Amino acid sequence: MTRLFRDRRAAFGALVLLVVLLCAVFAPLVTNGQPAAQRDIVATRFVPPLSSDMHGEFHALGTDRFGRDVWTRLVYGARVSMGVGVVAVLVSIVLGVVVGAVAGFWRGPIALTLLGLTDFALAIPRVVLLLLIAALWQPSTALVVVVLGLTGWMSIARLVQGEVRALAARPFVEGARAVGAPRLRVLARHILPNALTPVIVAAALGVGNAITLEAGLSYFGLGVQPPTPSWGNMIASGRDVLVNAPWVAAAPGVALVLVVIACTMLGDALRDVLDPSHQLP
Amino acid sequence: MLARLAHRLLAGCAVVLGVVTLTFFLLHVAPGDPVELMLGQTASAEQVAAQRRALGLDRPLPAQFAGWLGRLARGDWGTSIAKGQPVRTILGDAWPATVRLVALSLILSYLIGLFIGATQAARSRSRTDTILSVTTVTLFALPGFWLALMLVLVFTYWARWLPAFGAAGFDADYLSGGAWLADRLRHLALPLATLTLIGVGGAARFVRGTMLDTLSQPFITTARAKGLTPRQVLGRHALRNALTPIVILLGLSLPALFSGAVFIEAVFAWPGVGRILVEAVQARDYPVVMAATTVSAVLVVAGNLLADVLAAWLDPRVRSAPA
Repeated sequence: MTRLFRDRRAAFGALVLLVVLLCAVFAPLVTNGQPAAQRDIVATRFVPPLSSDMHGEFHALGTDRFGRDVWTRLVYGARVSMGVGVVAVLVSIVLGVVVGAVAGFWRGPIALTLLGLTDFALAIPRVVLLLLIAALWQPSTALVVVVLGLTGWMSIARLVQGEVRALAARPFVEGARAVGAPRLRVLARHILPNALTPVIVAAALGVGNAITLEAGLSYFGLGVQPPTPSWGNMIASGRDVLVNAPWVAAAPGVALVLVVIACTMLGDALRDVLDPSHQLP
Repeated sequence: MLARLAHRLLAGCAVVLGVVTLTFFLLHVAPGDPVELMLGQTASAEQVAAQRRALGLDRPLPAQFAGWLGRLARGDWGTSIAKGQPVRTILGDAWPATVRLVALSLILSYLIGLFIGATQAARSRSRTDTILSVTTVTLFALPGFWLALMLVLVFTYWARWLPAFGAAGFDADYLSGGAWLADRLRHLALPLATLTLIGVGGAARFVRGTMLDTLSQPFITTARAKGLTPRQVLGRHALRNALTPIVILLGLSLPALFSGAVFIEAVFAWPGVGRILVEAVQARDYPVVMAATTVSAVLVVAGNLLADVLAAWLDPRVRSAPA
């Protein structure tokens, strides 16, 4: 852990994610608490950043075309975007670990079928699947989570399958089998905990990816639906007022990029610390 | 090698067939009806039913699917429900635009990525390496559609240099020679820049990692011990050996690049397959969605195959490996 945070990338990534998470959790304390509040729309819309509206209310990031405070929406949007990203990655991890563990531990037709399924799913252009599912059913936050989770498990399954297969041949597994531990117990208690290292790294990178994809879907109106703010639909609403009020689209984009950079850096650093064999000179 | 290729080709066909089947049933099971969308809310139930019968949408799903596959095998892609044009015409107009955009950005982003990544690997842990690392992580993190918006804001609205929509100006048909080419290039600039910038981040990061892996191997020490110049070691020995995984990644990144292109095409109204796909999905235009999905699946599978062949060409070890 100490080694991890001596790494500048990890320290930066963790700090950014911590700040964003704290803001998201304590949203009512750091904002005006009303992400959907519209008062006097004509008088308070398109207030530029770092200035006050006619009612004397200060807007650090300005207001959008309905006079809603961009900073407040950004923080409440973080709740949605980060939440969607984390839950979607959790879904992928559960699916990927189960498929990968079964395919790596048991030989025969089941393993072959699961591996074939994984390869097949990997070969489908993810965006085509995303577009289809998201466009064909009524868009909602839950659907986005399910869709992202269902299209993100394959690489994790491959990672886990490789690790489990390698670990299953190791002496300590043979030992556990020899003292009479049931197969499932050997898998769950002895093999899986040792196979999860690459999954942690993949999860860190996956959260960034999922947040970006959520934003992409929401940008096309296929994701989180307004008035619930998410970074994607905030960027989409800023698209229409790009000339009058560029800050409406710019602010959530910058937040998104920062979070994805943080996830990537944390993932890189985690990989170097957790897997010394992969460490670069 | 031939057996390996045949095996991969067969697997590729299976993947395409699988994708097409999945898409067909997802599409028809999902709510929304192309006929209702086409005829509007004022159409009576009888009119809708008659139109559905005329299009063959009242038949059982497996029969519809078999019919579609049969017509496809004879080269008949069907007719768009929403536009009334043959699907072949719609896609025939669209795919060159997509291939142009995707191929150009693939080449550009890998050339730039190779250069940046190799530079970083050669000066590992230096100030240059750190600065380039921060740059590539940032590029890697940029969502395409947002970068596209920001480029449009700067280059179209503020600087007024470049057009933001379409592949050609309204007067394109009346331009000739140099003016025509300039118009095309100006329209290509922003979508291409967006796709390339996003691609560079991933490519450079991967090249740096692979190069550093290669540079730590014994044969590099041998090459250095032989007294080769650093440039020779890097170019002739390290880069050539690092190329295999890079080429494989190139093939594997085709789906991601195509995904990126779908979003970018929609933002820039680029008349390619991606935009057609987005529009067709929204209109439940079954024949067009099916055709666009088939084409994209074939492109992706072909990309993977190409990467495989290229890797074998570059690396004799891959050539003799069992399939």
